[in-house]
Amino acid sequence: MIRFLKRINVYELIRPVGQLLAFSVGSAAFMSAIAISLALALDDTAVGASLMDKYNVSLFTYTMLNLPQVVIDGLTIGFVYAAIALGYTMVYGVLEFINFAHSEIFAVGAFVGVELLIALDGMGILAGASLGMAYAYLILAIILGMMAAGGLAVAVERIAYRPLRGMSRLVPLISAIGVSFLLVDVIRLVESLTSGQFNRIMPTFGNFDSRIIFGKIAMGTSNLTFGISVKSIIVIVSAVLMLVGLNYLVNATKVGKAMRAVAQDRPTASLMGINVNRIISLTFLVGGLLGGAAGVLYALKFTRIDPFVGFFPGLKAFTAAVLGGIGNMTGALLGGIVLGMLETFAGSYMGVFTMGAAGSEYKDIFAFSILILVLIFRPQGLMGKNVGQKA
Amino acid sequence: MISLFLKELFDRVNKGRLPYLIVLGHILAGSLLVYTQPRSNLAFLVLMTSFLSLYFFSTSIRFKLIVGTILALIIIPIVGVRNIFYLEVIFQISVFAALALGLNIVVGFAGLLDLGYVAFYAVGAYLWAFFGSQQFYVLHYAPGTQPSDLAFLLPGDAFYMFLLVGVVIAGLTGILLGLPVLRLRGDYLAIVTLGFGEVIRVLANNLDKPLNFTNGPQGITPIQRPTMPDIVVEWFNSVFGRVVGHHVSAADMYNLMFYIFALMVIIVIIFVTRRLDDSKIGRAWTAIREDETAAIAQGIPLVRMKLTAFAVGASFAGVMGVLLAASRTFISPESFSFMQSIGVLAMVILGGAGSIPGVILGAATVTILNLQVLQGFSLYLNELRQTNAVIPIINFAWKDLSPQLDPAKYQRMLFGLILVLMMIFRPAGLIPATRRKRELEMEDKN
Amino acid sequence: MVNRTKKLFTREEESMSLRRLSVFSMMVAAGMTLALCGSVGAAGKSIKIATQSPLSGDQSVVGVDIKRGAEMALEQLGGPLKEMGFKIDLAPYDDQANPDTGVANAKRIVADPAVLAVVGHYNSGVQIPSSEVYHSSGLVNVSPANTNPTVTTRGYLEVNRIVGRDDVQGVVGADFAVAKGVKTAFVVHDKTAYGQGIAEFFKKKAEENGIKVLGYEGTEEKANFDALLSPVVAGNPDLVYFGGMFSQAAVLFKQARERGYEGIFLSDDGFGSSDATKIGGKALISGGGTFYSTVSGPASIYPGAAKFSQDFQAKYKASPQPFAVQGYDSMAISLKAIENAAKANNNQVPSREAVAKAVRDLKEFKGLTGTFTFNKIGDPEKALYFVLQVKSPDPAKWDENEIVQTLEIAPPK
Repeated sequence: MIRFLKRINVYELIRPVGQLLAFSVGSAAFMSAIAISLALALDDTAVGASLMDKYNVSLFTYTMLNLPQVVIDGLTIGFVYAAIALGYTMVYGVLEFINFAHSEIFAVGAFVGVELLIALDGMGILAGASLGMAYAYLILAIILGMMAAGGLAVAVERIAYRPLRGMSRLVPLISAIGVSFLLVDVIRLVESLTSGQFNRIMPTFGNFDSRIIFGKIAMGTSNLTFGISVKSIIVIVSAVLMLVGLNYLVNATKVGKAMRAVAQDRPTASLMGINVNRIISLTFLVGGLLGGAAGVLYALKFTRIDPFVGFFPGLKAFTAAVLGGIGNMTGALLGGIVLGMLETFAGSYMGVFTMGAAGSEYKDIFAFSILILVLIFRPQGLMGKNVGQKA
Repeated sequence: MISLFLKELFDRVNKGRLPYLIVLGHILAGSLLVYTQPRSNLAFLVLMTSFLSLYFFSTSIRFKLIVGTILALIIIPIVGVRNIFYLEVIFQISVFAALALGLNIVVGFAGLLDLGYVAFYAVGAYLWAFFGSQQFYVLHYAPGTQPSDLAFLLPGDAFYMFLLVGVVIAGLTGILLGLPVLRLRGDYLAIVTLGFGEVIRVLANNLDKPLNFTNGPQGITPIQRPTMPDIVVEWFNSVFGRVVGHHVSAADMYNLMFYIFALMVIIVIIFVTRRLDDSKIGRAWTAIREDETAAIAQGIPLVRMKLTAFAVGASFAGVMGVLLAASRTFISPESFSFMQSIGVLAMVILGGAGSIPGVILGAATVTILNLQVLQGFSLYLNELRQTNAVIPIINFAWKDLSPQLDPAKYQRMLFGLILVLMMIFRPAGLIPATRRKRELEMEDKN
Repeated sequence: MVNRTKKLFTREEESMSLRRLSVFSMMVAAGMTLALCGSVGAAGKSIKIATQSPLSGDQSVVGVDIKRGAEMALEQLGGPLKEMGFKIDLAPYDDQANPDTGVANAKRIVADPAVLAVVGHYNSGVQIPSSEVYHSSGLVNVSPANTNPTVTTRGYLEVNRIVGRDDVQGVVGADFAVAKGVKTAFVVHDKTAYGQGIAEFFKKKAEENGIKVLGYEGTEEKANFDALLSPVVAGNPDLVYFGGMFSQAAVLFKQARERGYEGIFLSDDGFGSSDATKIGGKALISGGGTFYSTVSGPASIYPGAAKFSQDFQAKYKASPQPFAVQGYDSMAISLKAIENAAKANNNQVPSREAVAKAVRDLKEFKGLTGTFTFNKIGDPEKALYFVLQVKSPDPAKWDENEIVQTLEIAPPK
């Protein structure tokens, strides 16, 4: 037992947690600083006046008092994006290929998990379950979602990507887009044949919806509470566990070393005796597992899913991966958290800062614009290495 | 085996005068079928595939041009006026063929994967939609609350000028988009262009406050069209009235007019594309597509060439956007979604990236599949479900077929399958580009 | 064995003409097999009624049910026409929520002489260009769901709708808010022509009546409303209005409650589905309560509506979405009009103009969602509006929603 414990690389367990902490605190501080300085600058202008008229509070106060909740929300969604982004970045690292279909893998994981819970609910098991059993069922749903998504990812790689290996970059990319579209309609077809319904709703059970209040602040005529719901805590904790686990796998195990070798130099790796095909399948599997878990967590947090649920989170997670530096795992973490923060800050504050001219409608393209800006000035992303142009 | 046999047959038949007879016979058969059975899908397809036989069989260039012109300018209009659905299909084929040709330049010639191509289409469409409608006077109204008796900013005949304006503005937009992003590698470029496509769509959907430029999701209507002189309507009726069988109204003539415009635009586009393909720029694009590093080493100005590709491709889309806005008299952001971009990409891939006849074929195939065949198949299944018919061998009653299995509902599946299957089995497309053919023939000789 | 790497745009070892020919024959073969369908000729006394709604894409959840509602109506109410010796069929089309597809389908529908009426669309953006096609060939269009005023302000004889217009329903909501003593409101909509259309008029009327609108935001977001809810909850308005469908509204309301917002929720007739309580649960009855305006009354006033829900559930194994029952009524109106026109035509197939006139000539047609008489431009005269309150978190008890206010409003001229 002691020997087993000694073999665990504790550093590799702590390091990602430390990174996540650093990224979270750093991006929160950065965004808050921007928001506060904007608020200070605009406080005496028409913007501040219009806010005073409506909410009865100055712009600066409004910004400050909303910050804690906005930061918490940003972190929650940021972790979800980070979990999905890892799937993109791992596949890119190993194959230099964007797996467009990852967004549907995420969706399939969500559907499988939700269908399981709906089935359990239909049997009456969930309604009367004790707290511990509720968590057990949730974990069961997550595991099932992971397995389905992972299996699908491996199958997709075998059928649609492996025959195209070695061709120019565009070919597998286009095939991936095709698979993504195909899977959306397959999900729709299966759903309509089995349940006949378009939207699937996560059943309510356990204490997931309840909220832990951290504090109350009085602002103007209202009382702001800021807190975090149990769902969000579950999402963050699960994401952290997955990220730590993945990091350990890649950086502290022999299999991980093989994956890094294939990512670095595929022909040499195969010369070293690594079964490249198997490692690639494994990469897809792990990416799929993560995506599937992220799917079930997404369904938990946001209650309702439909066959098109994969498109936007997938696109944003991919944006996050590129933002952080694609091919780089730490980059995916950073990118996800930063993007989540950016989006949430933009959505929460833009309406107020622009006097209603541009509200949360623009939060998506705000994120895209930031991506374009980053790529103009730093094409390798925030943390990417400056790899030369490969044909 | 079958393909070898067919090849033999084709070679045997493709000599001397026989091709002429075959092509003429095909066209005649198609026209007669459509004339007598105006609602038959099969007849329509026979007529459309006559374009293919005109292309493939070896006949003289003059023959092809003359017959093609008669087909396009006389037979199709008559057929189209008898059944306006066909004219609509052909019009949409023309529009998407132009879009596919534009994307072909970006993806096929220069090798840049642009996933947000529909943005340039939207720019052209909203350009005419804004200037050719009342929207200028609606700037201060919230969408939906404007009165309906406002003035129009420009007369409908400004449309002709705006065809050129659309080319220029869309081209400029292409350059604007291209400047920051063309340093990026292929995969990054794909994502950024996708993002840009979404940005344009979101802007179209949201630029209704504080000033109402686009009228939001409700779209802009009515948009003006150029005037149709009564003389033209009467001339058409006097010449073709008996053949058509009923009086042709001004509305029908508008449809024809826009079809003719679309044809003209396509001819110009084909001309421009051909010239570019065989020029220094075209060769530069091929060099960039094959190996960027080597191209730079050869002294090719990378960014300028890429920008040119973007700008030319964008301008094609822009001009079609203007045409679309005028022909529909209505524009809304729903026409410019990501699905549309992927649809155009599927057309290019299916037909053969880099090949002009290929992408036109791809556009025709996808449009016909989407509008006619899938829908027709699904209507047919629906009719079967309402009868007591049974599939013979397995004795499965059509009535029991789940109503969920409705082919028309699964358009995405169709696009996805096209993309995946083409990539796995035939990445060069249905009609591969001739440049590759030439190069590979050289390889074979050596 | 060296594996030659394949490059894009490579070609296989076969010759050019072989591939060309196989392309050609492939196309012809595929085309012929699939195109043989659709060559079904129209028999002498055959009538078709077409439906156009989004059957694919993310709006298909409503579009499919509009078609199903119409289908059920055809089954249940097609008797009289069948007895007259006609064969009536449904011809469902998928407009993919895309104007291009809608127009192409419209032209196809119009080219089929057996079609005498069209029930559709769901998106005003598709209906408006498609109805130009219907108008130019005199084919009558009864719309179950298009609320944009432009649909009828063009004054076409052929275009009718059975739902209320945005500029009426938004006003109903605002009047209700005023009656409830609301002083501040926050308006959210879903950036579609439907949701934004209603929300604009709600905002306009609310501001005219002295309600302070703290914010007016649209969102395409389907699930993550955290960012949107920050300013909403911070402002603590008396009422939150959502213009759009229940699938977003219920999620938004639930999340708002979770963040501590206790005020009133108000929405439009896109909220009218029992799945709203499936999503929202207890959040919809706590705090200030959840209300929504609609033209389809609850079962207590329209017992036919309850039967419709039951029949729908039995046939399709799912509860009807919003506008399904309007699909039923639109089909019922079309059938009745065709019947009247046929009777006036000696029991022969009537012309399209006759059917269009017959729709306008209908007086006090009793549908499941109201009694319909169409005015000069195709709007229902004097639509009856209800504001309902959600009473129970149990989806099965959706029909017990209580009427809080009833208004009879004539559409604007």
